[in-house]
Amino acid sequence: MKHTISVLLQNKPGVLSRVTGLFSGRGFNIESLSVAETLEPSISCLTLVTRGDEAIIEQITKQLHKLIDVIKVTDISDSEYVEREMVLIRVKAEAQTRAEVLRVIDIFRGKVVDVSPKSYAVEVTGSASKVQAIIDILRPIGIQEIVRTGTIAMARASKK
Amino acid sequence: MEKISGSQAIIRCLQEEGIKTIFGFPGGAVIDLFDALMDSDITNVLVRHEQGAVHAADGLARVTGEVGVALLTSGPGATNGVTAIATAYMDSIPLVILTGQVPTPLIGNDAFQEVDIVGITRPCTKHNYLVKDAKDLVATLREAFHIARTGRPGPVLVDLPKDVVAKMVDFPEKKPIRMQNYQPTYEPHPGQIEKACKKILKAKNPVLYVGGGVILSNANEELTELARKLNIPVTMTLMGLGGFPGSDPLSMGMLGMHGSYTANMAVAHSDLLIAVGARFDDRVTGRLDAFAPHATIIHIDIDPTSISKNVKVDIPIVADCKHALTAMNAWFNTSSDFNREQVAASHEPWLETIGEWTKKHPMCYLDEGDIIKPQYVIEKLDELTHGDAIITTEVGQNQMWAAQFYKFNKPRQWATSGGLGTMGYGLPAAIGAKMAFPEKTVIDVAGDGSIQMNIQELATANQYKCPVKVAILNNNYLGMVRQWQELFYNKRYAGTVMEVTPDFVMLAQAYGAVGLRATKKSEVEAVIKEALATDNTVIMDFVIAREECVFPMVPAGKATTEMLLV
Ligand SMILES: Cc1ncc(C[n+]2csc(CCOP(=O)(O)OP(=O)(O)O)c2C)c(N)n1
Ligand SMILES: [Mg+2]
Repeated sequence: MKHTISVLLQNKPGVLSRVTGLFSGRGFNIESLSVAETLEPSISCLTLVTRGDEAIIEQITKQLHKLIDVIKVTDISDSEYVEREMVLIRVKAEAQTRAEVLRVIDIFRGKVVDVSPKSYAVEVTGSASKVQAIIDILRPIGIQEIVRTGTIAMARASKK
Repeated sequence: MEKISGSQAIIRCLQEEGIKTIFGFPGGAVIDLFDALMDSDITNVLVRHEQGAVHAADGLARVTGEVGVALLTSGPGATNGVTAIATAYMDSIPLVILTGQVPTPLIGNDAFQEVDIVGITRPCTKHNYLVKDAKDLVATLREAFHIARTGRPGPVLVDLPKDVVAKMVDFPEKKPIRMQNYQPTYEPHPGQIEKACKKILKAKNPVLYVGGGVILSNANEELTELARKLNIPVTMTLMGLGGFPGSDPLSMGMLGMHGSYTANMAVAHSDLLIAVGARFDDRVTGRLDAFAPHATIIHIDIDPTSISKNVKVDIPIVADCKHALTAMNAWFNTSSDFNREQVAASHEPWLETIGEWTKKHPMCYLDEGDIIKPQYVIEKLDELTHGDAIITTEVGQNQMWAAQFYKFNKPRQWATSGGLGTMGYGLPAAIGAKMAFPEKTVIDVAGDGSIQMNIQELATANQYKCPVKVAILNNNYLGMVRQWQELFYNKRYAGTVMEVTPDFVMLAQAYGAVGLRATKKSEVEAVIKEALATDNTVIMDFVIAREECVFPMVPAGKATTEMLLV
């Protein structure tokens, strides 16, 4: 099962390698990882997507929590949440495919962020599956380069 | 505020923590610190190898329960300490390791004797720090001690760049440390305690499975009270020895790979396993699906990651062992459901079954005339020290025989490398223990292989008038590995025959110690007596039955009931 885990940690040198070292050392897998400062500059938020059965996910969250620099660990996928990922895709866009590419981008509510005579760079945001979908559709047209951010996620506010 | 140098501030931090003895080895990056130490009342024990420094600090920590401190220089000094840091980490021993580092402007430049020791030790320390700014120095050291000794203890390394230590700093008054992100759970959840106690009252075949956590949290009395109150048999891990009196009728001795037949059978047939400060290590459980297959499992541990890591636990209790056991004892003392006589009597049939297992296969060995059996040496050590010595060990067969045949009745009289199994641990650890308790007899039970890994510390023992005794069970083999080869590799003794071994008697003399040798059983007692009566470091070289094996043995990956017996 896929789990999205959100980790608040001290924004200090070496903290990220404590997290990644934990995963490599204990053989847990990381599908994606993204990290940046929170509102409080001394604290970072790290979102990681991992896979494992219940026992493994329990170990992962406990082991993360055990790191001294980790403040809070939440398995966001335990409840309702929104997740987003952004991708930049450089796709071949020559005379005969330009219109087709633009149509696809439009359907995915993407944006063209860079144009060259033979290619577009496209920005698309959405769930990991939406990002995967546009990649799959553009692939036959000719993707030259992609860069993905990895997933970030946030629990939904309580409806009450 | 009056300013003092960084190195003076560090020494003051050590004094603040009550540190009297540290173990160190100097180098360019820590000259300032050694210089400041000279003006203090703290003794630096100058070891002969940095691994020895950290093991000695570890030995001191295990026997006292205090934080051990080692001081190493940058680069090779720090890396030499790594094996010993990992040793302490695996066994949850509180240490603060201070390492010198090149000056901050040089960090990252591959400067002379620079290594990223914080990076190297990240996976084998509880936490570590590189102090880049002198104004963080005092707070970092205080935090390091706090982290090392609280929660599940462990080694904490503080890397100290030379320029940081040389700066002038304030020394603010110490305030209680509160860390938002680090708050170990000491108090058990009352609901879980009640659930556990009620379960215990229903059990017919309960077993207490006791690990090093009981020693670390000084919970032996609470544990003993619980076991006796409810008449529950107790087995201990290698790390838990001494957590319950080994000569108590309820003690089944050690469990696991080289545990007693009784203990392994009892766990396999129990309907309730109460794990206290133990971590279901593979050397204890054997094949996991066959471990305690009929038992409900209660697990008390201060580290949530230990719970349900290897074995699914039914009633987890995250707490300090001492607090949890106190709460359980209190529950039984006040519960109207608990009738002591009745519960004690209800366990009698179970204790009888256990007694029959012991009768069938007691811990034993075959006597062979005047050949020295290693088990006999340990029995004699136990007898002649009245079970009261501090025993450290090396690793291998010697370690297992010591664990099996010395009767540990008290906590903190046993220091052995359990989790990492580090050959070379015993001698420096013995020195650390002896520095803490000069009046106690401290014996390193050693193998001829392991003792050579830190033999240089004989000089340290001699320099500090620290008369430890070393009992080498000399089989002229890397015996434990040879045993595996005998049993599972067709007796192909690849890499385990020590073709050249020093004459340990002469070696002892070369270091200014005393060397004694016994080659016959009839000489063993006299040698031990002489060693104990000598006010000097002594090596006892016991030439033992060469191919003696440690039994019982659960082959790796087998169920713990599939024991090879004597
Ligand atoms: C540093 C280190 N290297 C290798 C091993 C693997 N090992 C475990 S026991 C053992 C043999 C130890 O020989 P000795 O000290 O003579 O003890 P004996 O088993 O013969 O009593 C070895 C090589 C180890 N535990 N530690
Ligand atoms: Mg040997």
